[in-house]
Amino acid sequence: MTSAERKEAISAFIFLSPFLVWMVFLMGGPILAAFFLSFCKWDILTPIQFVGFDNYKEMFFQDPRFWKSLFNTAYFTFLSVPIGMVLSIAVALLMNQKVKGIGIYRTLFYLPSVVGAGVAVAVLWKWIFNADSGLLNYMISLLTGVPIADCPKWLASEAWSKPALVIMSLWGVGGGMIIYLAGLQGIPFTLYEAAEIDGANRWQQFWTVTLPGLSPVIFFQLIISIVGSFQIFTQVDVMTDGLGGPADSTLVMVLYIYQKAFKYYQMGYASALSWVLFIAILLATWLQFKYSKWVYYEGELRK
Amino acid sequence: MTDPTVPSPAASPTGFWASKRRADKITRAIVTILLVLGSVVMMLPIVWMLSTSFKTRTDVFSIPPVWIPSPLHWENYPMAWNVSGMYSTEDWSFLGIPFHGVTFTTYTLNTLTIAVLSCLGTTLSSSLVAFAFARLRFPGRGPLFILCLATMMVPTQVTMIPTFILFKSIGWYDTFYPLIVPAFLGGGAYNIFLMRQFFMSIPYEMDEAAKIDGCSNFGVYWRILLPLCKPALTTVAVFSFVYNWTDYLNPLIYLDTNSKKTLALGLKNFVSLYGQDYHLLMAASLLVSIPIAVLFLIGQRYFIQGIATTGLK
Repeated sequence: MTSAERKEAISAFIFLSPFLVWMVFLMGGPILAAFFLSFCKWDILTPIQFVGFDNYKEMFFQDPRFWKSLFNTAYFTFLSVPIGMVLSIAVALLMNQKVKGIGIYRTLFYLPSVVGAGVAVAVLWKWIFNADSGLLNYMISLLTGVPIADCPKWLASEAWSKPALVIMSLWGVGGGMIIYLAGLQGIPFTLYEAAEIDGANRWQQFWTVTLPGLSPVIFFQLIISIVGSFQIFTQVDVMTDGLGGPADSTLVMVLYIYQKAFKYYQMGYASALSWVLFIAILLATWLQFKYSKWVYYEGELRK
Repeated sequence: MTDPTVPSPAASPTGFWASKRRADKITRAIVTILLVLGSVVMMLPIVWMLSTSFKTRTDVFSIPPVWIPSPLHWENYPMAWNVSGMYSTEDWSFLGIPFHGVTFTTYTLNTLTIAVLSCLGTTLSSSLVAFAFARLRFPGRGPLFILCLATMMVPTQVTMIPTFILFKSIGWYDTFYPLIVPAFLGGGAYNIFLMRQFFMSIPYEMDEAAKIDGCSNFGVYWRILLPLCKPALTTVAVFSFVYNWTDYLNPLIYLDTNSKKTLALGLKNFVSLYGQDYHLLMAASLLVSIPIAVLFLIGQRYFIQGIATTGLK
C-alpha cells in the first residue's frame, strides 16, 4: 500500500466511523445479544437464567398463540403483497400514459402511501371499517344493495379482520407505483419499436418487453415488501388496542413479540420469537433469490 | 390496453398514422376514465375523514351519511387539540373549558424536536458514509457495502430488545436520545444506498478537478458533491422526517412520561380514551397528518426524482 492509498483508506474509515459504530453497537451486537437472550429467561429485574432450548421448545410445542401469530402474519403477507404488487404495476402502467393532468393523478395516488404507516391512518381505517356506520359497508350496500346489517363486520369479526388489514394496506399502492413508474421509464423505447415492427400487438408487447424490462424492479420490490409486511405492527396495535383481537385473529408476530417483551417482560421468550421472525424473513428472501431465474437483467445481453 | 408506447400524435397524416391516432385517442380515454375512478377511490377515505371531523358526536353515526354537514362544527378541531389523555368519556362537560395540561401542542413540540434532529442526523451521516462507499478506495469496501445492504433484511424487532436494554442501562429510558442518536450513526442502510447511487451518477472528473485544486476528501464531499445531490438529500430528508413523525414502535418503547410523548403516542392515547368520538378522532388525525401532506406536496418534485434514481439501480 502506498502512502497515498493508506491516507485514502484512513480518511475512508473516518467517513465510515458513524456507520461502523452503529454496525457494532446497534446492529451486530444486538443481533448476537438477542440470540443469546433467546436461550435465557429474564424479566429485567431478577438475574438472567440460562435455560437452553426451553423457550424454543415452549414456542413450538406448547404455545398455540405463537402458531396463530405466525399464521396471521403469513396470511397477511401472502394476500397483501401479491395483490398490492399487481395493483401498483397496473396503476404505474396507467400513469405512464400521456394523458392530461397526469401529475395530479400521480399526486392523488401517491399521497395516501406517504401518510400511510402511521397511527392517524390506522385511526381513519378503524372508522372506515366500523360495521354499522363505516364508509366501507355503506359503499358496499350502496353498490350491491346488500343491507348494511348483512355486510362483513370487518374488525369485529374473526373471519374478516385480516382481509380488512389487507384492504387497508392496499391504500398504500402509490408507494410501489412510483418505483414501478421509474422502472417503466427506464425501459428503452427502441425495444417497443422493434416489437412493433415485428408485428407484436400491445398485449404481446406487455408480456415480451414491459414485464421482462420491469422484472428487476419487481424482484427488488417483492423482497422489500415481504420484509415490510412481516413487520406489520402499528396498524394492528392501534386498531385492536394492542390485543390483536377478536380472538387473536389479528395477532401478528411483531405484536406478539411486543406483548411478550414489554407487557409481560419475558425478554428471553420475546428474543426467541424475534429470532424466529428473523429466520422467517431470511428464509423468504433466500427462496426468492433461489427462484429468481425469471428476473431479466439487460446487462446479460452484453456478455 | 396499457403500455407506454406513446408515439407523437403530431405525426404525418397518412392512413397508418391516422388509425394509430384514433386508437391512441380511445386508449387515452379509457386510461383517463380508469385514473379518475382510481383517484376517487383513493381520495374517498380522506374526504370521509374531513366530513366526519366537522360533524357532531351523534351525526357521525347517521346512515346514509351526510357528506357536507351543516353547520360545519369547526370547534371539533380546538376541542380535539386541547383534550388530554387524562379524562374519561363521562367528563364531556368540561370540554368547552380550555384545558391547561398536556395537549397536542406538547406532543407536536416533542415530535418536531425528534423529527428535525433525526432528519438532520440522517441526511448528514448517510451522505458521509455513502461518500466513502462511492468515492474512496479502502480494503474491504465491497464486503462492507454488502453487509450494509444485508442489514435491510434484519427486522428491527431482532435488535429492539437488546438495544432497549442498552439504552435503559445508560439512563436513556424516557428521554429523546434513543430516538435521535441512532440517526446520527449512518441513518440506515436504505438511505446510505440511495445516497451512494446518487453519488455514483456524478462524474468522477468533478472530484479530480477539485483535488487538483487542492481540495481534501471532505472538501470534495462538502463543497462539490453535496450541492449536486439536492434531489437525493431532499428525498432522504423528507423520508426521514416523515418516518420519525409517524414512528410509533420506538416512541412506544422508550417514552413513558405523558409530557414527553410524541404525536403518534398522543393520538393512540386519544383513541384508547375516546374510541367512539370519531368526530374528534378524525379532527385530531387530520391535524397530525397535515404537516406530512404539506411536506410531501412541497418536496414531491425532488423526491420522485430521487426515488427514480434508486428504482433504476
